[in-house]
Amino acid sequence: MTGQKSGTETSARAGTSRDGASRTRAHSLRNLATQWEMLLVYLLVAVFLVNSFISPYFLNAPNLLDSTFNFMEKAIMALPMMLVIICGDIDISVASNLALTSVFMGMASAAGAHTPVLILVGLVVGSALGWFNGMLITRFAIPSIAVTIGTLSLYRGIASVILGDGAYTVYPRSFAYFGQGYIPGTHVPFELVLFAVLAAGTGFLLHKTSFGRRVYAIGNNQTTTRFSGVNVDRYRLIAFTLNGLAAGIASILLTSRVGSTRPNIATGWELDVITTVVLGGVAITGGRGKIWGVALGVFLLGFLQFGMGLVNIPGQVMNIADGFILIIAIMAPELIRRGRAKASLSARRAAKAP
Amino acid sequence: MKKSAVVLMVLVTGLFAASFAFAAGQQEGQAAGGKIKIAMVVKSLGNTFFDAAHQGGEQAAKELGNVDLIYQGPSTPTPEGQIALIDSLIAQRVNAIEISANDTDALVPIAKKAMAAGIKVISFDSGIAPDGRILHLAASNDELIGRSEVQIIAKLLNYQGEIAILSATAQATNQNTWIDYMKKELQDPKYANMKLDAVVYGDDLADKSYREATGLFKSYPNLKGIISPTTVGIMYTAKAIEDAGLAGKIQLTGLGLPSQMKQYITDGTCQEMELWNPIDLGYTATYISYLLVKGNVTSVSPGQSFTVGKMGSLTVGDNNVVVMGKPFVFDKSNIDKFASIY
Repeated sequence: MTGQKSGTETSARAGTSRDGASRTRAHSLRNLATQWEMLLVYLLVAVFLVNSFISPYFLNAPNLLDSTFNFMEKAIMALPMMLVIICGDIDISVASNLALTSVFMGMASAAGAHTPVLILVGLVVGSALGWFNGMLITRFAIPSIAVTIGTLSLYRGIASVILGDGAYTVYPRSFAYFGQGYIPGTHVPFELVLFAVLAAGTGFLLHKTSFGRRVYAIGNNQTTTRFSGVNVDRYRLIAFTLNGLAAGIASILLTSRVGSTRPNIATGWELDVITTVVLGGVAITGGRGKIWGVALGVFLLGFLQFGMGLVNIPGQVMNIADGFILIIAIMAPELIRRGRAKASLSARRAAKAP
Repeated sequence: MKKSAVVLMVLVTGLFAASFAFAAGQQEGQAAGGKIKIAMVVKSLGNTFFDAAHQGGEQAAKELGNVDLIYQGPSTPTPEGQIALIDSLIAQRVNAIEISANDTDALVPIAKKAMAAGIKVISFDSGIAPDGRILHLAASNDELIGRSEVQIIAKLLNYQGEIAILSATAQATNQNTWIDYMKKELQDPKYANMKLDAVVYGDDLADKSYREATGLFKSYPNLKGIISPTTVGIMYTAKAIEDAGLAGKIQLTGLGLPSQMKQYITDGTCQEMELWNPIDLGYTATYISYLLVKGNVTSVSPGQSFTVGKMGSLTVGDNNVVVMGKPFVFDKSNIDKFASIY
């Protein structure tokens, strides 16, 4: 896909000011990225094989489709999180955004709003909270980690103040469709289809448009990109707003799925979302990552969890497995890169030797 | 990249196709073995209270014979974690699920889905809203808790003397309900020689509870007994009594955690206190789940009763809540056993 090419092209461009060795590095990074998605494919196949082997209930279409209910909201939040992380930023306030958005939808529902209005509230509030993050980060030049640590507490704090230990439990009947419904006549969850559509959209944006190319450029070298005439802050602001929008969509889906709102809804999800993105091969330092990788990461983690649930592996052990996979995800590219650097170095030395 | 994308598509499509092909064959996988699969889903794993409930569940499973008890819970107490687990339990086609819910409402849709799949769903300890379960099993109820606390302190004081209550916060719903029942119980003529001096609030904070207890000793020199229906309150009241050298002069009861209160119960500062017995709770929940599966009971109504092994007969009350009875009393004779549990 062109996105991967453009990503490495920009990193190569950024490297021209340095010595020629970075060219080699960019080249090996491209190979690595290709390998990374393949590694994920192999892992996914392994998960399928192992799960089918240990549980007779895994390789069953309705079961597999139903299991996706549990990770589609996180998957949808992972999509624009890709943009944010590729830009070299991070947003750890997404789960709090989801909670506060859900509270606003609950208030609207309690005031008698119908489903279309609730959807609108979800999309608008989610985007607004994301935009607010972006504003603080770009306007006042505060690191995104600092701002979103703040809004992580702020958004959930406001949700808790509004709701206390209460809950909104009354939603219109038709609202239940988004998080619980299937595409009519099939056993395919609406959430899954929505994810597929949004993932295709994100992939197009990242890999096929100039917007996407600039996002990679920003992540690779913000200063160079700025001097080449790109309004970097505008792109970052858009990324954060889209991230908020996705939190709003996820909020609609999750609120609909659990049919209620409590301030502790989706606690801790920000880490799951970031885990998915990093597992998908997006460099946490920015500038690199592909939609295929993230989509694979989503299903890899989701089916891994489902398989472990089917054989009743205790929750803590599931956490250990997740943590383990994340560490592999972060370390593997680095290890491969070092291995290659060493190999190319010794190759060059060997070439120089008489 | 092109190549890997193609390989990926082929593999994923192939796997899904294979899974669809398998799906038909898998449908009849049920009923093999004939063992009844009951899943106990708790708030979170690594919680000794629920480990004890699991122990009770295993007792029931052993007594009943052909029961396979699955013990499961998320690593952190979230409703989302429980929902994912229930999804995988539905996929496994268990016969019954007993849940201590992390959220009364959020679990309703998934519990309904489980019931629609023919699974018997009940809640215990922490309930699901009535729509999402066949019945809820409560260790005790507000009235029994409130009244039994007064009965214990009265017994310890031979039905005479001044008492006080040290509660959690002034807004704590549970405690306020229990205190109302304590006051009602005190109106009985047999408590004519007893007087409630004050209700004070320790806010479930260590230092504030300790200060409020000390304040009671000073303000009411004739104080003979304290009821503290909160685990933090009772522990720091016990400490205050001991520090002031009033052990034996002021009796103490309330709701306390055995592990935290062991020292005070052993040395007599607090002779008797109450809380739930998680072993009995798990035993009863599992036993009732079994009865629902055996009788293929999909709904119950108030007044209906179950014969639950060693617990005897339990009756369904309003909102289909089954109450096990008065809270369990801890004293010198059993504190060692329970202190190691929770």
